[in-house]
Amino acid sequence: MKLYTAKSDTSAAKKIVADDMLLTKDMPTAAGSKMLDGYMSLFEAEAITKLCAAGYGICGKASVGEFAIDLLGETSYYGAPSVDGKLTNAAVEILKTDDAMAAVGLDINGSIRRAAAQSGFVSVKPTYGTVSRYGTIPVACSGETVCVTAKNIADCREVLDVLVGHDDKDGTSLSESECSRLNSASGAEAIRSVAVISELSADIDDETKAKLNAAKETLQANGVSVEEISEPLFAAARIAWNILMCAELCNNVSRYDGVKYGYRTENYTCMDDLYTNTRTEAFGDLLKTAILFGSDTLSTENYMREYDKALRVRRLVSERFAKLFEQYDAVLIPACSKAAYTEETVKADPYIAFSENLYTAPASLTGLPTVTAGGVQLIGKAFSENALFEAAKRYE
Amino acid sequence: MRYETVIGLEVHVELATQSKIFCSCHAKYGAEPNAHVCPACCGMPGMLPVVNKRVVDFGMKAGMMLNCTINRTTTFDKKSYYYPDLPCAYQTTQWFAPVAVNGLVEIETSKGKKNIRIKQIHMEEDAGKLVHDIGADVTCVDFNRTSVPLIEIVSQPDLSSAEEVEAYLERLKNLLRYAKVAECAMEHGTMRCDVNLSVRPEGSDQLGVRTEMKNMNSIDAIKRAISYEVARHIDAIENGTEVLIQETRRWDDIKGKSYSMRSKETAGDYRYFPDPNIMPVVIDDAWYNAIQASLPEFPEVKRARYISELGLSEYDAAQLTKSIAVCECFEEAYAVCKSAKDAANWLLSEAMSILSSRKMTPDRLSVNGKSLGELIQLVTGGKVGRANGKKILDAMFDDANLNPAEYAEQNGLIVSNDTGLMEQVAKEVLAGEEKAVADFRAGKEKALAAILGKCMKQLKGNCNPQVLREFLISEIGKM
Repeated sequence: MKLYTAKSDTSAAKKIVADDMLLTKDMPTAAGSKMLDGYMSLFEAEAITKLCAAGYGICGKASVGEFAIDLLGETSYYGAPSVDGKLTNAAVEILKTDDAMAAVGLDINGSIRRAAAQSGFVSVKPTYGTVSRYGTIPVACSGETVCVTAKNIADCREVLDVLVGHDDKDGTSLSESECSRLNSASGAEAIRSVAVISELSADIDDETKAKLNAAKETLQANGVSVEEISEPLFAAARIAWNILMCAELCNNVSRYDGVKYGYRTENYTCMDDLYTNTRTEAFGDLLKTAILFGSDTLSTENYMREYDKALRVRRLVSERFAKLFEQYDAVLIPACSKAAYTEETVKADPYIAFSENLYTAPASLTGLPTVTAGGVQLIGKAFSENALFEAAKRYE
Repeated sequence: MRYETVIGLEVHVELATQSKIFCSCHAKYGAEPNAHVCPACCGMPGMLPVVNKRVVDFGMKAGMMLNCTINRTTTFDKKSYYYPDLPCAYQTTQWFAPVAVNGLVEIETSKGKKNIRIKQIHMEEDAGKLVHDIGADVTCVDFNRTSVPLIEIVSQPDLSSAEEVEAYLERLKNLLRYAKVAECAMEHGTMRCDVNLSVRPEGSDQLGVRTEMKNMNSIDAIKRAISYEVARHIDAIENGTEVLIQETRRWDDIKGKSYSMRSKETAGDYRYFPDPNIMPVVIDDAWYNAIQASLPEFPEVKRARYISELGLSEYDAAQLTKSIAVCECFEEAYAVCKSAKDAANWLLSEAMSILSSRKMTPDRLSVNGKSLGELIQLVTGGKVGRANGKKILDAMFDDANLNPAEYAEQNGLIVSNDTGLMEQVAKEVLAGEEKAVADFRAGKEKALAAILGKCMKQLKGNCNPQVLREFLISEIGKM
C-alpha cells in the first residue's frame, strides 16, 4: 500500500496534497493505474499552478483508485488504502496527519464526497465550469470536477477561493463574472428550506441515518424548514450517469495503447497484439468492465436507446432540480449508504461503485454544487456554494 | 444492356489556417517529423480542446462558396478507432450538426452544365502519418499533421462519369482557392478524395452495390480507378465473375487494380458521441454577416465583368478566371497600366510560358501585379523592348519585390535614345554583312531580319526596332 508520493522540498507554510488525477511536472501522475506508473507530465494542472502562485505548497500526491471511479481508492495499482480493516482514502489519511491543510482532487464517481462523509471532513464539489479542468486526467469530462477537501469549512472555502476562475485553456470554463459568484466575499442568501429525498435516504445504515437526522435536526433548530419529498427520477440519475461516465471513460482511456507513453507489453509481434496485450496487462478489472460497458453503450445498435437516452435523462434531472429549487433552497441527501466499507464489501460486490453512486450521481450528472459536511451532502443551485457553506456550518 | 455509373465523392481538404484546430501548433505542410507538436496533438492526457475560431470561419466560408445552408449551432463529436497515427484513439469531427448542409455546385463538361448537390461539409482534425522503415524493421509516427484542420465535403451521388468527377474536383478547387480557405493541392495531400461508386442499368431508379475507394490523391489516378471499377462492376453483373459486396477498396495505381480492404461486416463501429469538452459553437448574425461580407467575387461574376466592363474577349476572361492568383495579379496590373488587354496578354502569353517552363501551375503565380503593371507601362511607353520585358518578368518570378524600372536600369535594359550609338553599331554590322546586304537588295526580306537581329544583339535590345529598321534601310540605300 502506497498512499502518497511526497515531495520533500516544500517550504510553503500552507501545504496542499493533490490527488493523483492532477498532473504535476515534478512528480509522477499515475491515475492509480499500472498503465501510467511513473508517467511524468510535460505540464501541470491549472489548479496546481494557481495554488502555487497563491503561495501554497504542493506537498505530495495522494494515490487514487484506477482512474478514480471506485469507492474510495481500493482499485489503486499501489494497493487499497485501509485502516483497521476499513477501506479509506489516501488524501483523507494524509489530511489526518496534518501534513496538509487541504486536498485537491478530481471527483468523477463520488469517491471524494464518500471519503469526506465517512471521515467527517468537509468537501466541496463546486459548480461545473467554475474550476478549470486543464491538466486533470480526463475520464468523464461532462461531469467530473476539481474538488477541495479539508478538516473544516473555513479551510475548504479558503482553498476554493484560490481555484475558482475562468480559464481560456478549458473550453467548458465559465466566465469570470459567473465564477466570481463563488467567491466567499460575495456573500449569499441564507438557506431557509431544505428538501430531503426519500428515495435517496432509504437503504442506508444506522450510522449514516443518524448523521442525516442530526443534520436535519440542527437545521430545523436554526429555523430552516426540512421536508421529505419523493423524487423517483433522482434515483434514475445513477443509471444515466453510469452510461455517460463509462462511455466517456472508454473513449478517454483508449489513448493508452502502448504506442506513445505509459506501459507497453513485451508480448507482441503485431499491432493488434500490442494494443490488446498492453491494455489487458495494465488495466484492472473494474476499469475493464467500465470500458466494455461504455463501448457497448456507444455502439450504433445501442446509442439511441442508451447513450442518447442518458443525455435526455440528464436534461430531465436538471429540469427537475430547477423546479425543486423554486420551492426549496437546497437538497439534503447522504453521500453514501454506509459509515464505512471493508475489503469484504468490495469482494462481495465488485461493481458496488456503480450502485453506491446512487447518492453522488445526481450532482455529477447535473454539475450542481455540493458541500459534504457532517457526513451528509447538501446540493444547491448553481453558484450557491456560499449559501451551502453557511448552512453546513450549523452541523459541520 | 446499357449501364450508368453513380458516383458520390467525399473530398477532404486541409484548411489553410496558421495553426491547428485545437492547439496553437503550426499547421504548415512539410517540416521535420514531429517539429510541430505539443502535448495536445500528441494525445497526452490533460489538455483540453479549444476550437480555433479561424477554422470555423473557413468552414463557414467554404459552405457559403458551395451554396450551403450554415448550421447556426454547430457541434463537434468524437469518432473512435485505434490506429497508431491517431494519438487519442479518437478523431474530433462533426457528426450530428455539421457546419454546412444542403449545398449545390455547378459543373461544366463536354455534355453541358450540371448541378451537383452537396450533402454536407464538416470540420475535423487530420491524423498523423506512419513512416515505415523497411530496412530497420520499424514504423515511426509523425504527429505534425495530427489536428491540422480539415473540411470534408460530402456530395450526393450525382456524378456519373470520370469527366464529371474531374470537373467537380476542379470546380471545388477553384471555389475554395477563390475564398482563400485552402490550397487544395492533391500532390501535397492537402486535397484527398474517397470515391463511392456503383453501377446500375440505365434508367433504373435502384442503386447497385456500392464500393468505396479511399484516399485517392491524383485526378488521373481517380479517372483510371473509376474506369477500372466500372468495368469490374459491369463484368460482375453481366458475367457473374464475382459477387459484388459493399466494401472499402484500395486503388493500386501502379498495377492499375483495386483491392478489397474491408467489407461492411468487418468494418469497425466508430461509436460517435458529442464531445463534452467542446461547447456547441453558436454562430450569431454578426459573425455570419462578417463571413458573408468577406466572400470573394465568384469566378462567373468576375468573368462576366471582365468581358462587359473591361472589354476582354470571352476566351481571355475565361482563361484568367481559372485561377484567383492570376486574377489578382491581373487586376493589380490593370490598375497601374490601365490597359486590360495588355495586362491580359502579358499574363496569358508571357507569364504562362514562364510558368510552364518552371513547371508551375497558375495558382503558384507569385508575381507582384503592381510591378507587372509598371513593366507593361515601360514596354508600351517604348522604354523597354518587349523581349527585354520578358526577361524582367522572368526575374520578377524570383523576386516579388523587384522594381522593373530599377532592374532595367541596373541591367542595361533601357531603350537608348542615343541614335549616335545605334548608327555606329548599324554601320559596323552592315560593313561586315556584305552578302546579307546583297541578298536584301535582291529582294530577300529575311536578310534584313538577320542584320536587324545582329544589331539588336549588340545593342542588348535597347533600341526601338522600328527606328532601327528604317535607319538600316536608308543606310543600305546609301551604300
